[in-house]
Amino acid sequence: MGFEKVDEILENYAYKHDALIGILQDVQRLENYLPQETLQYIGRELEVPLSRVYYIATFYKSFSLEPRGRHIVKVCLGTACHLNGAVQNLEQVERVLSIREGETTEDRMFSLETVNCVGTCALAPVTMVGEDYYGAVTPGRVEKILSAYSTGSGSAEDGKD
Amino acid sequence: MMVTLTIDGQIIHVERHTPIIEAAKQLGISIPTLCHHEGLQPFGSCRLCIVEAFRGNRSKLVTSCNYPAEEGLTVLTASDRVLETRKMVMELLLARCPDVPGIRRLAEKMGVEAVGFKKKGDQWCILCGLCVRACEQMVGVSAISFASRGIEREVKTPFGMESDVCIGCGTCTYICPTGCIEMTGDPGPPGHRVMDMGDLALGSCSNNHDCETCDIDQGFLDKMKRAIESVRL
Amino acid sequence: MEKIKSSSQLEHYRESIVHKRDVGKKVIRLCNTGCRGRGSSKVAEALENQVREANLDDKVTIKKTGCHGFCQIGSVMVIEPGNILYQKVKPKDVPEILSETIVKGEVLDRLLYRDPKSGEKIRREADIPFYQHQSKTVSHNTGKIDPTDIEDYLAPGGYGALDKALTTMKPMGIIETVEASGLRGRGGGGFPAGRKWRSCREAPGIIKYVIANGDEGDPGAFMDRSLMEGDPHSIIEGMIIGAYAIGAHEGFVYVRDEYPIAVEHLSKAIKQAESLGLLGEDILGTGFDFTIRIITGAGAFVCGESTALMNSLEGRVGEPRAKYVHTVESGLWDRPSTLNNVETWANVPLIINRGAQWYADTGTDTSKGTKIFSLVGKVRNTGLVEVPMGINLSEIIFDIGGGIKRDKKFKAVQTGGPSGGCIPMNKIDMPVDYDSLKQLGAIMGSGGMIVMDENNCMVDTAKYFINFLMYESCGKCVPCREGLKQMHEILSNICEGHGQEGDLELLQKLASFMVDASLCALGGTAPNPVLSTISYFRDEYEAHIFDKKCRAGVCRNLFDYYIDEKLCNGCTLCRVKCPEEAISGEKKKPHVIDEEKCIRCGICFSLCKKEAVLVK
Ligand SMILES: Cc1cc2nc3c(=O)[nH]c(=O)nc-3n(C[C@H](O)[C@H](O)[C@H](O)COP(=O)(O)O)c2cc1C
Ligand code: SF4
Ligand code: SF4
Ligand code: FES
Repeated sequence: MGFEKVDEILENYAYKHDALIGILQDVQRLENYLPQETLQYIGRELEVPLSRVYYIATFYKSFSLEPRGRHIVKVCLGTACHLNGAVQNLEQVERVLSIREGETTEDRMFSLETVNCVGTCALAPVTMVGEDYYGAVTPGRVEKILSAYSTGSGSAEDGKD
Repeated sequence: MMVTLTIDGQIIHVERHTPIIEAAKQLGISIPTLCHHEGLQPFGSCRLCIVEAFRGNRSKLVTSCNYPAEEGLTVLTASDRVLETRKMVMELLLARCPDVPGIRRLAEKMGVEAVGFKKKGDQWCILCGLCVRACEQMVGVSAISFASRGIEREVKTPFGMESDVCIGCGTCTYICPTGCIEMTGDPGPPGHRVMDMGDLALGSCSNNHDCETCDIDQGFLDKMKRAIESVRL
Repeated sequence: MEKIKSSSQLEHYRESIVHKRDVGKKVIRLCNTGCRGRGSSKVAEALENQVREANLDDKVTIKKTGCHGFCQIGSVMVIEPGNILYQKVKPKDVPEILSETIVKGEVLDRLLYRDPKSGEKIRREADIPFYQHQSKTVSHNTGKIDPTDIEDYLAPGGYGALDKALTTMKPMGIIETVEASGLRGRGGGGFPAGRKWRSCREAPGIIKYVIANGDEGDPGAFMDRSLMEGDPHSIIEGMIIGAYAIGAHEGFVYVRDEYPIAVEHLSKAIKQAESLGLLGEDILGTGFDFTIRIITGAGAFVCGESTALMNSLEGRVGEPRAKYVHTVESGLWDRPSTLNNVETWANVPLIINRGAQWYADTGTDTSKGTKIFSLVGKVRNTGLVEVPMGINLSEIIFDIGGGIKRDKKFKAVQTGGPSGGCIPMNKIDMPVDYDSLKQLGAIMGSGGMIVMDENNCMVDTAKYFINFLMYESCGKCVPCREGLKQMHEILSNICEGHGQEGDLELLQKLASFMVDASLCALGGTAPNPVLSTISYFRDEYEAHIFDKKCRAGVCRNLFDYYIDEKLCNGCTLCRVKCPEEAISGEKKKPHVIDEEKCIRCGICFSLCKKEAVLVK
């Protein structure tokens, strides 16, 4: 794999060490995860130890070292969502997709993650698929929401109650 | 600028901002630590070096490895509050690594008889960061670092793979207080020295430190290897 | 765009904006941030398309605003003139809204809000009880203006405070004003903002920084999000004034990764302010230079802590620094730095505009001004509320929040996020200010207020926060990392029915150790949820430990569900939905749960319309 796109990103940030987090975020946007060779490449180009790059990539929750699916399902487990039964939704998503938190479906369609608050607590419990928010989710609605993405028709009925 | 402070009733003059632990040392007072090393920047992770610092009537617990000496400061290095706190540190570490002889001995020395915590680990690493900092600040290589965070934090080579920058100097094994980085001594292919941390191979020098630019001499390494056994606390 | 070079040019520009606005035109203000979770983007799309198709461009302006606050009834839309509020608007409602309300001026009764107390429909936004008890001050623009259009901010006087500060005040005068206002930090500790600025100004160093903390890590809190999304210029204006006072020329906004809209709106706002000469070089022709960069986090709660945040800004891991030097002296790149929460910054223009005295007139002796809270959990009206400091908790929960959902019993309100505490019923007449909350073992924190009812278990809540922190701690120091691990173990055991005598004492001992010995405030405040629940809900802990009972019906090993035969009407819903086939019963006859088969997933409990499924 060529690293032209990565070079572009590095150039955007003028090869600055303090921009490492931003660089990794942009790189992750390319492939939805941070491939090992890319991290090694970035370390070399920026002349920062690979161990520092690796520490950052494992410290921050939004980075993934594993390939992820096309749609990232984020079940919010923030306080308001927790109190309103988010765990049951999580269990239901796990059942529907047959994967556990942190995993990706075999067809690379979905990855399942949990987050600590997406800032729409008034709609709790909230689940996000990609950039779309779904409020007041119940276990019963989960399958319907997800199926809209697996059939490729894009977002479901846009988060109605 | 010199300042005057009182440690356990003794008066001492030191350069302003000297860490309390160093000032105490000059008075012959030793403060226990697991993460401090004079040659490295203070890290403040083990919290064992805690002392009680007084300003007027108010006191607070501070870590002596990085608390700066200030004019008029009064310090108690072994008040009841300090000793209780240190005991708890040891109790928690002992729960994390019950099998590490050094930790057991230190805990015993501090009067920790039994561990009240149920959750027991089987780790050897206490995450003091000495190896990581030594590799970065002394050796200048940064072959190892921390990874992840919270209770998942660990010390690792990138991706857990054999490091390709490690020069095999052995500093990490030397400085580690718990002995969890082993120099296996098993040379593998000719000239290789592999350092083990659990199942993790740190790396090796394929040239057996023979390059012209290498300033590590073989004698030093051999001495270090012998020293490791005796130095481990 | 021509840069504005003086006070009079700014005034002139402002007048020209007001002048070109067509007062005869109706305005639809639609929330396009928070309400996206309820599909407001689709509503906006429908509005824009249909307005274009029906050639209504000269009749109505569509303003996509920030959060109106009353998220419970989203998507929220307000139509001016008339202040008509439509709730729960869906794309299918759009044609009628346009044809009836915009064209004919008729109000659509079915979209109005109904007050649950009186049963009356309410037409005007301002008359809704949820808003009546509030005093929107810092958030007065959010929900009103289009945050992506600087003209909307300028029209009612935006950047007037900047002009006043830069052209008529000395840096020290600004600091004195902020000190006199009594403004305290809105991000957690409540440190006096003016004093922080003064220390930073007085700290030796040529290069200094100002930073806005928009990390908003507390789960259950989203007021900073609403400000960044709904009124980004107020934060920027505050930062420029602060930078001028402190002597800084570079600023940063640290926004958490989960807030893409905030980043988008802030970026636009910065660009627009720069193009008008309100930011960048030679601001307003005064010779003062200041730039702002946005840096996004990457998902780490601990990065809200000041030194961790600065490490993160430097492109490192967000590990707090072990240092006994204040960041106002040695912060970002070891230079003097002033870090304030975004809401703190947004207060600054108000103080400069209206004066310290005006500001200090609101609030209590030690807590001045207003505060935005995010009211969530089991209250009827969830959303963002802004109230004067010193208001009673019960006013917020019952008058504004409308009481507890489904008429359940109030149990506790959790304030201050993971470092906060749970306040019980008999303490909710306490005023909400920094000191009273602290006295109660809670904290103001950034302003999350999470209401819990009888079906929430306090032991489980404590365990929830400890679990959260266990993974969010950086893991550097022993008390926090190992202490949280052990606390979690003890709490899990209690929740699973393995609690034993002495557990509470051990928790308390561990807690006070962590407070004393942790490196940063994360570990130092982490035990708060445990300590406050033990002190106010000890009986609940004891019921778990000794009677092995969780009366709230949360800890699965410690309760059973049963069906009250008098309440059950035999609708069969629970029987059909039970994943374990643990429920039997004939149609129209009372059903029964087989306790052996039941896994206590809670599906029947949440589904039963008759509330016949009970906990024992
Ligand atoms: C673990 C931890 C998390 C924090 N998170 C935030 C946060 O998300 N937002 C915030 O403004 N302050 C947060 N703070 C407080 C900041 O450290 C700092 O005190 C604050 O931003 C200063 O601004 P203020 O004085 O305007 O409140 C946090 C503190 C700690 C210890
Ligand atoms: S390996 Fe040893 S030196 Fe390194 S952090 Fe662990 S205990 Fe400390
Ligand atoms: S208290 Fe917790 S978050 Fe703070 S430095 Fe220690 S481990 Fe890290
Ligand atoms: S020696 Fe001070 S914290 Fe470890």
